[in-house]
Amino acid sequence: MNEDIFQGYKGRALEVMMKFNARVWAKVRVDSTRGVFEGTILPRAENTDDKHLVLKFFTGYNIGVDIGSITNITELGYKKAVYKIPEKEFPYSEGKPSVKLLGTGGTIASRLDYRTGAVIPAFSPGELYGAVPELADICNLTTEKLFAVFSENMGPEQYKKLAVAIGKEIEKGTDGIIIGHGTDTMHYTSAALTFMVQNSPIPIVLVGSQRSSDRPSSDAALNLMHAATAAGHGDIAEVMICMFGPTSDEYGFLHRGTRVRKMHSSYRSTFRTIGDTPLATVTRAGVFPIKHDYNLRRKDRKVTIMPYYEERVAMIYYYTNMHPDMIDSLVDNGYKGIIIIGTGLGHVNKPLYPAIERAVKKGVAIYMTVQTLWGFVHMFVYDTGRDLMAKGVVPAENMLPETAFIKLSWALGQTTDLEKVKEIMLTPINGEITNREPYNGYLIYQGGVPEVETFIRQFRK
Amino acid sequence: MKQAFDPRRNYARTQKDIGYVPRKKATQADYDRIGFMSGLEVHQQLKTKEKLFCHCPAGFYQKPDEYDAELIRHMRPTLSELGEYDGTALMEFKTRKQIIYQINNRTACTYDVDDTPPFPLNREALEIALEVSLLSKLKVVGEVHITRKQYLDGSIPTGFQRTAIIGVEGEIQLRNKKVRLIQLSIEEDACREVSDIGHVRVYRTDRLGMPLIETVTYPEFKNPGEVKEGADYIRFLNRSTGKVRTGIGSTRADVNVSCRGGTRVEIKGVAHTSWMPELTHNEAFRQWALLNIREKLKERVKDVPEWSISHLEISPREIPFEIPLLQEGRLQHYKMMIVNLPQYGGILSHFTQPGKMFADEISERLMVVACIGFPNMAHSEMLEEQVGKKNWKKIQSLLGSEENDAQLIIWGPEEDIPTALDTIEERCLMAFRGVPNETRKSFDDGTTIFERVLPGADRMYPDTDSAPIPLEDSQIMEISERLPVLVSERISQLMEWNVPEDTFTYILKNNLVPVIEQLQEKCNVPPRFTAILFAHWLKNIEGKYPRLPEFSYNKVVRMIKYLTERNLDLALAKRMLRHLYLYPKMEFESILITIGFKEIPKEEIIRKVPFLVSKYKQIRTSTDDAAGVNWIMGYLSGSAIGNVPLAELSKLIQL
Repeated sequence: MNEDIFQGYKGRALEVMMKFNARVWAKVRVDSTRGVFEGTILPRAENTDDKHLVLKFFTGYNIGVDIGSITNITELGYKKAVYKIPEKEFPYSEGKPSVKLLGTGGTIASRLDYRTGAVIPAFSPGELYGAVPELADICNLTTEKLFAVFSENMGPEQYKKLAVAIGKEIEKGTDGIIIGHGTDTMHYTSAALTFMVQNSPIPIVLVGSQRSSDRPSSDAALNLMHAATAAGHGDIAEVMICMFGPTSDEYGFLHRGTRVRKMHSSYRSTFRTIGDTPLATVTRAGVFPIKHDYNLRRKDRKVTIMPYYEERVAMIYYYTNMHPDMIDSLVDNGYKGIIIIGTGLGHVNKPLYPAIERAVKKGVAIYMTVQTLWGFVHMFVYDTGRDLMAKGVVPAENMLPETAFIKLSWALGQTTDLEKVKEIMLTPINGEITNREPYNGYLIYQGGVPEVETFIRQFRK
Repeated sequence: MKQAFDPRRNYARTQKDIGYVPRKKATQADYDRIGFMSGLEVHQQLKTKEKLFCHCPAGFYQKPDEYDAELIRHMRPTLSELGEYDGTALMEFKTRKQIIYQINNRTACTYDVDDTPPFPLNREALEIALEVSLLSKLKVVGEVHITRKQYLDGSIPTGFQRTAIIGVEGEIQLRNKKVRLIQLSIEEDACREVSDIGHVRVYRTDRLGMPLIETVTYPEFKNPGEVKEGADYIRFLNRSTGKVRTGIGSTRADVNVSCRGGTRVEIKGVAHTSWMPELTHNEAFRQWALLNIREKLKERVKDVPEWSISHLEISPREIPFEIPLLQEGRLQHYKMMIVNLPQYGGILSHFTQPGKMFADEISERLMVVACIGFPNMAHSEMLEEQVGKKNWKKIQSLLGSEENDAQLIIWGPEEDIPTALDTIEERCLMAFRGVPNETRKSFDDGTTIFERVLPGADRMYPDTDSAPIPLEDSQIMEISERLPVLVSERISQLMEWNVPEDTFTYILKNNLVPVIEQLQEKCNVPPRFTAILFAHWLKNIEGKYPRLPEFSYNKVVRMIKYLTERNLDLALAKRMLRHLYLYPKMEFESILITIGFKEIPKEEIIRKVPFLVSKYKQIRTSTDDAAGVNWIMGYLSGSAIGNVPLAELSKLIQL
């Protein structure tokens, strides 16, 4: 196939390029009403205007030349850039644990995509070794690309495929599994895998990065090293998320897959365990447990893969004056389960009652979680709560909304018997409901308080 | 019998061999002989309210201990847009530095520490950059593309600087020539370094992210004097907008130097233009010396790819010697190595810069790349022998050295030794090729030391977090209509006014031509008077006393206006100036009282003249009338200053 020589240029820009016979990657002299510009024509990102030609100046900088100002373009040379992460064969060393990295399309290693102007992932053991050679000191790594989707496009199909792939890897005797994942929906996937892959004998570690690996300060390399350590050497055989503890390059946290949430849109230390402490910290030196009631690594290869999922499940974030048609429309569209994220201890307003009654009558499973994220649903405290329970809304204890959503989808994927669904929902599989909340499970200190400031100054954030 | 090798004599002879002359004695012919070439990258902070890519206030600096939190980062090299790793990046990675940032909540936010993507580019800064671009006759781009320029030294927590070209291909007019400009870019400033010891480097984040412009010239300066003139010109041009910062560190230049056959070496962050001549002079000759070393090595070593160093570990007890500064304790935890450099006899003590020799080039790299602090080595050609001939003999026999070889003793933490040995071999192999590409750090004695490998265009990468910004013709037109007068035109203006040349720098540096012009137009004050008032008298006072924040040039202008409005003689200004400077809050009237001025009608003073004339005639001791005029003026000037111009008064005295 012939490569597009006008990559990304369209409309007026394309006309001008064709008029002067200019192509992408050509070194050119551009005469314009603002003067002469020399440089290499670069591809243009897709969602930009058709009014500018992008040149790479000899100093390495990029500039845009106004298409309307161009009077002539002369080609002086041609050199296409090949963007490639240096690939080196991943060395095998006897005695190191075998770790499998399953790729879903996160930003562990990435390269520039001219089409969107953003970064796209690059991924192979060789490329990873080229970018993070330290991995070879930790484990014998192999990789398998399952699919390449952005975090926001992860869904049931991917959860199921992942679960099956993990099952196969465990059978094969792999010592630990890493899953490269975009961070936005990582906690949905970690919950899904906790339910779909039960009784795993080995660690299953989800990892990503908050700063893409095309930047020197990226957290990708360190996260990957931490994940490899947890997967290859750690003894916690659970589905976990491994991301930065503090924003500093110091240590990572291992979070239980059902109790974790992305809590900041851009911080490196965005993942936090909610309502409990993280499972452990991890550095390149090893895994250091904080909790002690985790599932231990085992030698056997017994694992239960349960790839079930019902797609007609929704989450409703309650807001004041919500109208009943929000629930009606879900029911009318055939939804089988609804997670309500209610206010306070788990409340919604009275005008929704008839809609809820109607939904329950039609056999829709409705569970209540809380907007406060921390704390239990307590529907006995106020009349509203008692009313709702009477109408068939089931309190989901201290399950996080996203976890409850995934679990309900998974439960309804197995059975339509709502009593069975309820039993599944309220029997914790791995920490999604805890029977107690430790006092240090809720720690959000506020800046400006002298003792907090002292603490922050002493320990790097 | 063969004479013993004398490093001192070798140093002096090699200095002579390359034809080194001190700068004061150097002529254009010397610079032409070695092919002196230099270009500038002048950085200028812009006076904006906020930083370039976030809403933190710009221009507030924290004191050393004023930080609220620290965080740690490590930098890893990444690929450039064109798929290459950058040389500097790889070197910095080798150094394995732990980077610590000291953050103050007032001056840095989550953007600064790379935990939040950039906010849209500061428009105020963009306009100033456009203004300077137009003044520099640059071709303004149609669309501004924000680019990431990698800095793995940690000076920016992201690991790159966001920067963008505003204009390309311009020029500035110096006294005798035009110098072409490559480009002007707008960029964010870096952190300030607090310390860099071993594997830990500490930065403060207050300056980080402040808007800067960088003006880059072609390498068209042909002697050190021109470099300074060019740097001053660009500095004055920036200041003529009145929209740039002027404090310490607000203008810094990177100076690129090479000699014929040499290579571009960048002297980083030169804060004073007056340092540039000595620095560029020495750098050009350092390169000339390195080329001489290359020729010598070429003669001796035919098979360069086969050349390599050899080394052995040795216990400090085996060769007891004392290096000043190297504490016993440090040595105890260190590993010590002896290294043989084949055919390097006479090279280590080869002259490179005043007071420096080739061995220093190795030692400096050991410190930067292998992170081993000074002193980090001893060698067989030290000017002050510290190891002792007997020890060297022993080392040479241990290493199996031949007659023309040179030897090093190095020491450092065990984990740094492999990097140290690589570094030594690498630097010695570079000597076969001539002058390494590098950036160098300057000292006020005019010498430089190795800082980093010079980064190339490979460290540029488009910023995927920011959209391009189109620059419309209408916006450029609007800005070009309000441009200040060109600095070259300002210089001609000063010459026309017959203002003394020694005032130019002060006036242009402080952008005072518009003030002089305004006082002339509005109050009829002679430009020469205003120029001298500022650039001689005020400058003199500024040199003696610290400047109070309440004092401003505007106060001086108001003082002159006050005098002219009240028809007082301008000569009073000189006496008032010191009080105004020291007590800027004092009212002008009070200052007049303080200096003992009383308003007396002109006639009353003139009325005293005949009396004094007759008095003088009674007591005269000289036949010279001028002495008489002086005697009489001595009596009158106290009360006359401010009331009647002294020149006018003295003309009225007729003996």
